Amino acid sequence: MNLRKDPLIPMVGVVTDIRTDTPDVKTFRVVGLDGKKPFTHIPGQCAMLSMPGVGEALFSITSSPTNLDYLEFSIKKCGCVTTWLHEITPGQQITLRGPYGNGFPVDTELRGKDLLIIAGGIGLAPVRSVINYVRANRQNYGSLDIVYGSRSKEDLVDYQEILDEWCREDGIQVHLTIDREQEGWDGHVGFVPNYVKELNFDTSKTVVMCGPPIMIKFTLAGLLELGFSREQVYTTFELRMKCALGKCGRCNIGDKYVCKDGPVFRLDQMTQLPDEY
Amino acid sequence: MKQLPIARLPELFAAMAAGRTLYIPADDGGQARFLPYRDGMEMTRALNTVRSAKDLFFPQTENLVGFQVRGREIALEETRDEVEPFVVFGVRACDAASFRILDTVFLAEPADTFYQTRRACGTVVTLACGQPEETCFCTAFGIDPAEPGGDAACWMDGETLYLRANTEKGAQLLDSLPLLEEAGDDAPGTAQAAIRAVAERLPLGKLDLTGFDGAHLMEKFNHPAWAKLSESCLGCGTCTFVCPTCQCYDIRDFDTGRGVRRFRCWDSCMYSDFTMMAHGTNRPTQLERFRQRFMHKLVYYPADHDGVYGCVGCGRCLTRCPISMNIVKVAKTLGEETT
Repeated sequence: MNLRKDPLIPMVGVVTDIRTDTPDVKTFRVVGLDGKKPFTHIPGQCAMLSMPGVGEALFSITSSPTNLDYLEFSIKKCGCVTTWLHEITPGQQITLRGPYGNGFPVDTELRGKDLLIIAGGIGLAPVRSVINYVRANRQNYGSLDIVYGSRSKEDLVDYQEILDEWCREDGIQVHLTIDREQEGWDGHVGFVPNYVKELNFDTSKTVVMCGPPIMIKFTLAGLLELGFSREQVYTTFELRMKCALGKCGRCNIGDKYVCKDGPVFRLDQMTQLPDEY
Repeated sequence: MKQLPIARLPELFAAMAAGRTLYIPADDGGQARFLPYRDGMEMTRALNTVRSAKDLFFPQTENLVGFQVRGREIALEETRDEVEPFVVFGVRACDAASFRILDTVFLAEPADTFYQTRRACGTVVTLACGQPEETCFCTAFGIDPAEPGGDAACWMDGETLYLRANTEKGAQLLDSLPLLEEAGDDAPGTAQAAIRAVAERLPLGKLDLTGFDGAHLMEKFNHPAWAKLSESCLGCGTCTFVCPTCQCYDIRDFDTGRGVRRFRCWDSCMYSDFTMMAHGTNRPTQLERFRQRFMHKLVYYPADHDGVYGCVGCGRCLTRCPISMNIVKVAKTLGEETT
């Protein structure tokens, strides 16, 4: 069909596989109509997914760029589009456009560093892309520590991949925690910020962090207490977006647009911005 | 420079409207707006239109793309409006300046092709303001109402209309109009001098914007006066809808029964659901929303665009705000107590 192109006009893709991660998180595999990966991306970048008539929303791409076959999105059920997504079955077509945003500086500022990845709940989605990218390019990075927490054992996203792959790999330290004691859980219990402080990490590490705003706030405070500086900490934000191109105005914070200038920010850059995120 | 007796304006309009659509500012139910020219239509006597000429390049609603959904399959379909070459006559200097601001947003990579097409198809003919009003403050933003810009500019001086091309597109238009007569290059000089003399005396024209820049961003953001300034704001969004530089938009889907239309429409940062997400909003009260609009025009936009403000001083929000709050009061209040 003769359709004039525009950045706002999406392509059609197919959901080929759906994995139930937690009671409210599913991970969707998406390919183009030609069966191939729709586009390449940098860890931390996002894409707009939509179902015509339901709506369009921005999601971080959870698969690693080193996965050449498909894109994956881990999506928590919480609004109109996500509720619709949680009801579909493999074979369903959706629309997508992207990738959007800057992504984590995996090939520049993070390269050669000892990495500390901190995630809470569905906040694992964007940093899983970083973790698997680092695993695939292991020689380019120093040590890799992962602190991941959620409300309960059932709420840990990608739990099987964490146990089967991350925990078994040399050179990766995985530190899991859940909020409350639970039968069948002999791991750490407690909130992420406290756990990070207890683990007393070497302050030479570079930190990549994503989670609910309250976790970010207290974890950052803990890191600063341990002696980390804001220049060592990267995080990613999500605000409401419609265009993802820096034009619709929604995600404007100070002189930045989270969709194009972010979503990844180094925390010293955030101190120059109004606290509206 | 070209000229034409003002009495022959209807002939000029007829010639400009030949083979394309001409929009002129005309009265429609007591309100001035840009209307497609028809024989006998007269220009409004109002200084400016209620809504700016922005509508012609960034319409209030616009189809982006259509979808046919059959079972689990989705097909895209073209719903884009065909845009033919058009001329808009009588744009004021402030609105012409607003296009430069809209261009920085919509034409920045990746360009918005809907806006880009309309800009490419439209020729803007400006008209210098004979009598700026007391709500005008374009001069505060370095805009000269006697030199109104656009692809071609016009001045009315006594019985004569002077026209000058500013761009290649403007020259093509004027050259295609044989009824125009040649005029001396300094012909509108007396008209310009008269306009500048009026502009010099505009009560709001010397608005002091010292300190409204990226360097004072946090200081202006944290200013205690926002609470008082925003106290009475109704959140009606009128200021954003009449504003020639406001460009925020929403994208929504509409099921027509014969397919889904994805369209965009103007939106307003003054509305409570503008930034609403499933878990809440980052601008929970009218204070934050009110502050966002003015900070964006006076601080955020200039911080990112070499000090150019996101306001052109057209004065529409001054005359339309139901609680008489406006950007001039904001600039004065925040300017006095900081910097």
